[in-house]
Amino acid sequence: MSTGTTKLDVVVSDVVPVNELVTRFHFRRRDGELLPTFSGGAHVVVEMRDGDRTRLNPYSLMGSPLDTREYTISVRRDDVGRGGSLFMHRSVKPGLEMVISYPVNLFSLDLRAKKHLMLAGGIGITPFMAQTAQLAGEGGNFELHYTCRTASLATYADVLRERYDRRIRLYHDDRDERIDLDRLLSTQPLGTHLYVCGPAGMINWVRDRATALGWPSEAVHFEHFAAPQPGLPFDVTLAVSGKTIRVGEQQSLLEAIEAAGVDPPYLCRGGVCGQCETNVISYDGKFIHNDHWLSEEDHRSGCKIMPCVSRFEGRSLVLER
Amino acid sequence: MGITFRKETFRDDFTFRNSPEHIRRFPFPFHEDAYMYAVNIEPHVVGPKGSVLENLIDVDEHYVAEMQDRALVLAEDPLRCQSLPHMTLAGWDLLELLMEQQALGYPEHFTLTRDGDRWRWINRPLGIDDTFTFGDTSTLPYGPMEYITRQSQGDFCILDQRDGNLWMDAGMVTTQADWSLDFDIGMNFFEWHAPVPLAHEKGIFTRALKFLTNIQQGKPARRLNWTMTINPRLDTSPENYHKWGPDRTTVTPENVGDKVHLRVELQSFWRLPRSNGIVFPIRCYLIKMDELVTQPKWARRLHRVIRDLPEELATYKGLTRYRPTLVEWLSKLDDGSPTSPGFGPD
Repeated sequence: MSTGTTKLDVVVSDVVPVNELVTRFHFRRRDGELLPTFSGGAHVVVEMRDGDRTRLNPYSLMGSPLDTREYTISVRRDDVGRGGSLFMHRSVKPGLEMVISYPVNLFSLDLRAKKHLMLAGGIGITPFMAQTAQLAGEGGNFELHYTCRTASLATYADVLRERYDRRIRLYHDDRDERIDLDRLLSTQPLGTHLYVCGPAGMINWVRDRATALGWPSEAVHFEHFAAPQPGLPFDVTLAVSGKTIRVGEQQSLLEAIEAAGVDPPYLCRGGVCGQCETNVISYDGKFIHNDHWLSEEDHRSGCKIMPCVSRFEGRSLVLER
Repeated sequence: MGITFRKETFRDDFTFRNSPEHIRRFPFPFHEDAYMYAVNIEPHVVGPKGSVLENLIDVDEHYVAEMQDRALVLAEDPLRCQSLPHMTLAGWDLLELLMEQQALGYPEHFTLTRDGDRWRWINRPLGIDDTFTFGDTSTLPYGPMEYITRQSQGDFCILDQRDGNLWMDAGMVTTQADWSLDFDIGMNFFEWHAPVPLAHEKGIFTRALKFLTNIQQGKPARRLNWTMTINPRLDTSPENYHKWGPDRTTVTPENVGDKVHLRVELQSFWRLPRSNGIVFPIRCYLIKMDELVTQPKWARRLHRVIRDLPEELATYKGLTRYRPTLVEWLSKLDDGSPTSPGFGPD
């Protein structure tokens, strides 16, 4: 199968609760070899076998790219999501054998930058854990501004402060601390690149202000994996393979296509990379587009859908799959 | 047992030859009796024993002589090797890849020992035994890319990936088919491909870029490209056009077999792990007509391909001046009988 990346057979070597919402998982290779080297900002797709369901969720690698004995990811529990994070929190224990993808980086550092200005919100801190480790190892110039709800939910803030001291700035929502974004963006040296990872609202806010303040778009980098949202079940006809499938309430369209034995290419499963883009042959109803890949024009046209994150409500949908 | 490295030259007296075993392993690029562009990219996986794909990074009997020729080119023109400041990390990625692959494929010639970031590299054919700190450029005699590509056959372009495009930001280019790293350095994928005829109209570059920016770690890809060269000259660069351009006027019916060479590039594409760049090795294989036609199937097929090549392609590949002489010479070896499918000799 040509879909996705090469797979890695791993075993869960440790499970560490970090705070009331976040748990960290450590993976090692089952054959005892080193894992592939990766670059800061890379993610892996974790395969979760949950009974007869398979979920494939992307998580940023947060360890140092210099240490490939193990990979670490941090998973924030989402009690109203589709169950991937709950599965990780409840069912994944040390010793469990799992399959993960090779690392893929869709949130790469621009190594031309004279300075890397990083903005993290909540669990969006994870890619920066790896990026700061990479830059610190090379003597790179970075500064990280990290917004969290409360001190007890400031995941890894203590670790970051200890490692990088004043290069880390913390902002606690419950203390009404706010990033003075306009001031921050207006006072950066030439050649600074901006990176933002966090909730959609934060990403949009930062991108809008950066544009308004004259930042070139090539210098603004963001990562937002849209987790697939649950929704009403719907039926889809796959014209190429001649199958009709039902997409369940907690299932993504991509997962339902895969469950029917059809394997579209994918990488991020979060509406970012464009690999699973699928042509619509006909439809009668309304699309719920959740991706960051297609243009607004594509969304309006009704000709394309990203099955990893987007859904459909209506009478009929025929896809070129 | 290992490879017996030939003593030979790619300039002046041109003593380059292929041994009979190397003729049979030549990567003949035509699978049918005609040629047209296609996005002929496939996974770069290990191929049959005794082929150039037996190892993903191929080392052959020309290794030592090619490295000596590279050193001569660099001594005359240091700009054949360039790396923009942000590409040093990618250079380390490439050093790791080439050391690992060469040591894996040819343990009798190359040994890599790692103890954390203390690495020892032994290259027996070139008499090198260096210990260095991975990541610390001051512990090597050259930058990491230059160090390892002075010890690896083929040209290497390292492409930075950003803004949805690929940028030619580093490379070692001394065995090229008439293009210049010094000219292309810093250009993006569309800019450096601008001179290629016909392919833009077919949308080939847009599709190729989409494919390349999605190349994944651990899943390299490859394609073959080809042209022809008069005399077995590795360095057919624009910078040295005055040295090799006039060679094209020297082809006569008497010397076709010795002078005219098919030049095949095995191009591969690899995601680099630390820098997230792409390395693009372009490995050049040369074979003279006298050697090629020892395989009757290749003689018949090459005759038909060159005879029927579209004019634009013949011009782009620089064959125009000697094509009639070559076709006439090859026609005598083509009895019109069918050729078997596939690349290999019968």
